Amino acid sequence: MTLTSVLIVAAALIGIGFYGALSQQSFVMLMMGLELMLNGAILAIIGFWSFSLGGMPEGQLLAIIVMAVMAVEMAVGFALVVAVYRKRQADMTESLTTLKH
Amino acid sequence: MTDALFLVLSALAIWSGWRVFRVDSMVRASFQLMVSFIAVGLIAVLLAAPYIGIATIFMMAVEMMVMALFMVMFMMNPAGLNPMVMVHQHRFSVAAGITAFAGLVLAVLLSDLRAQPLPVDAQVVRALGHELLGPSMLIFETAGVTLLAAMIGAVVLSAHSGRYGGSDQGSRPPGLHPGGEPAGRKPDKHGGHQHHGHHGGH
Repeated sequence: MTLTSVLIVAAALIGIGFYGALSQQSFVMLMMGLELMLNGAILAIIGFWSFSLGGMPEGQLLAIIVMAVMAVEMAVGFALVVAVYRKRQADMTESLTTLKH
Repeated sequence: MTDALFLVLSALAIWSGWRVFRVDSMVRASFQLMVSFIAVGLIAVLLAAPYIGIATIFMMAVEMMVMALFMVMFMMNPAGLNPMVMVHQHRFSVAAGITAFAGLVLAVLLSDLRAQPLPVDAQVVRALGHELLGPSMLIFETAGVTLLAAMIGAVVLSAHSGRYGGSDQGSRPPGLHPGGEPAGRKPDKHGGHQHHGHHGGH
């Protein structure tokens, strides 16, 4: 277990998440891609903290901030999905051609 | 031992991350994502970050349950009874994903990463606590306020009815004195955009 191997695993998670965020048509599956990318980001942060920061606590703090970002993304994302579904009966990206209300 | 565990957990994280976009059921997809998150949390524990690892596992377990609930509520094909492929620009996405992975791996392999491992006797959770309630308290509190703002935003976006009726039909609070005109702005008759200046009441 080295920094390089941890970062490669994180890169794989980010790559898969990027693929999902670009390819999925359903809003919720798209959000899963974003979550997977943040998952890889947390792994990379913890890897850096453990192997090359010498135990500086700011590294762990950054991971906690990323977790808060995850929670915000999830809450606001689901609220947007609900709002769009109520307004347009749409849950696919293709059904939205405008951002207007 | 640690290396073997890391190999197994990272393989599990990547495999279940990939399965998220390959299973037919959206509920199963959210459980696959949960498995991926739990594997990453356990890797964090292996990397001597027990607080972050366990917090990730707890948070993601709850989050994915909420997600599965949403899938059952109103997304298509939650039970996975039909084959489900809902993708667009598929080739481009595959290429973009592979390019992102290759670019990141190349950057990792080519850069000269600083090696300064964690001291063996480091008290990481205590250090994190001192950091959170010490020098970085403002950052931590800002994260809390951001979460509060996200909660309010989520309620505003998703709530259908306000306290005095449908929020998208212009609800009006009762009058300022008994039997008086309703306070607040009159709802638009045409159902279009709100006109400013038409104030009811006194």
